[in-house]
Amino acid sequence: MKPARFDYVRAESIAHAVEVLANAGGDGKVLAGGQSLMPMMNFRLVKPSVLVDINHIPGLDRIELGPGAVRLGALVRHRMTAQDLQVARHIPVLHHAMKHVAHLTVRNRGTFCGSVCHADPAAEMPMMTLLLDGTIHVASPHGTRTMAARDFLTGALTTALAADEMVTAVDLVPPAAGTGWGFEEFSRRHGDYALAAIAVLMERADGRVRNPRIAMMGIADTALRLTAVEAALAGREGRAHVFDEAAELIVASITPNTDLNASADYRRHLAGALARRALSQAWDRAGALSGGDTP
Amino acid sequence: MTHAMTLTVNGLTYTGVVDARLLLSDFLRHELGLTGTHVGCEHGVCGACTILLDGRSARSCLTLAIQADGATIETVEGLGRMSDLGRVQQAFRDHHGLQCGFCTPGFLMTITDMLRHHSLDSDAEIREALSGNICRCTGYQHIVDAVRELARERGPLK
Repeated sequence: MKPARFDYVRAESIAHAVEVLANAGGDGKVLAGGQSLMPMMNFRLVKPSVLVDINHIPGLDRIELGPGAVRLGALVRHRMTAQDLQVARHIPVLHHAMKHVAHLTVRNRGTFCGSVCHADPAAEMPMMTLLLDGTIHVASPHGTRTMAARDFLTGALTTALAADEMVTAVDLVPPAAGTGWGFEEFSRRHGDYALAAIAVLMERADGRVRNPRIAMMGIADTALRLTAVEAALAGREGRAHVFDEAAELIVASITPNTDLNASADYRRHLAGALARRALSQAWDRAGALSGGDTP
Repeated sequence: MTHAMTLTVNGLTYTGVVDARLLLSDFLRHELGLTGTHVGCEHGVCGACTILLDGRSARSCLTLAIQADGATIETVEGLGRMSDLGRVQQAFRDHHGLQCGFCTPGFLMTITDMLRHHSLDSDAEIREALSGNICRCTGYQHIVDAVRELARERGPLK
């Protein structure tokens, strides 16, 4: 037996799941795909007293395109997100990012919402949720509430979720028509956690950058939206030296950690190199979408 | 805490009682005696314990046995016999796709999933499909050769 003892409950509904969580005395855990939780339980890094299996709750495995948002239910597996035609069409940057998520067998089980809840600072889902102005839908025995992704992700493997709450869905805002995207990730082997990664959205208007959005991971205790860099870049001309300046600003503003895979200096170097590429990609794609509006 | 469960493994139905914390990998090996499913890293990295859960590949070391209540499981024992190898097994034999054999059951089950569901038209796609399984004999080239032949037989995925 690898995991420590726990009580197992197969939840029949969201109401049932949160009731069990509330009765677990702060020591319950939700089991969705289990691709992060089960390794931690096998190592006994996590020893929940109650495990609430939500895999049989009906209706949570849907990707729905609503007004102004794509909603990913709590049982949407990475494979579904990667193969969904609405995601590919309306959020191409997410479609592309999914290719970097672990391996196909892990994508069969792992869920988008589960990865956001796990909040690994080097996983793609928290970063993409920040980039796409995500809203986290949460249920508890007291009702439901929503949180902005930036308020939800509070630190490494840490979120604002209370002990009696579960995430039921995440809403992502599809970029406006004409938005270009860039995505760059560096990992030691394909499918490994990233040493660093960046995702960028921007629009073009009269040869200038409009509404830039920049999210990064692997460069701090959590994935980050780089709002100061976004503000500095907005309205500037879409030229290489401007993107170089933005990349330098990124390098100067981050405080990555050193671990056995990479030093902080190396991560800073990676962040700059990946940023230059992703910013140019986003600019070029934005141009393609708006009909070749070049400066 | 124990739970009653029923599941189908390689076409046979089993009913029994399991501890909540029993992993599916340990259930298959210790309770059912199906020791073809190998246990390597036990945290989802090596791929040796890969089985099919309702038709899709899954890490049995990251799955609780009780989660398989009502499910259909396929393991390497279901692919063929020593005297009558399954197609994926035969391709491995023909191309020397195994050395020590420890990782082989996981590769065979992963490839079974990929042949059913994934495009394997290029070596790049084949290598991506295999990227979640580790062979510490590092015999990857022959495994890729075996999958290339299987993919050619199958043809492009519609």
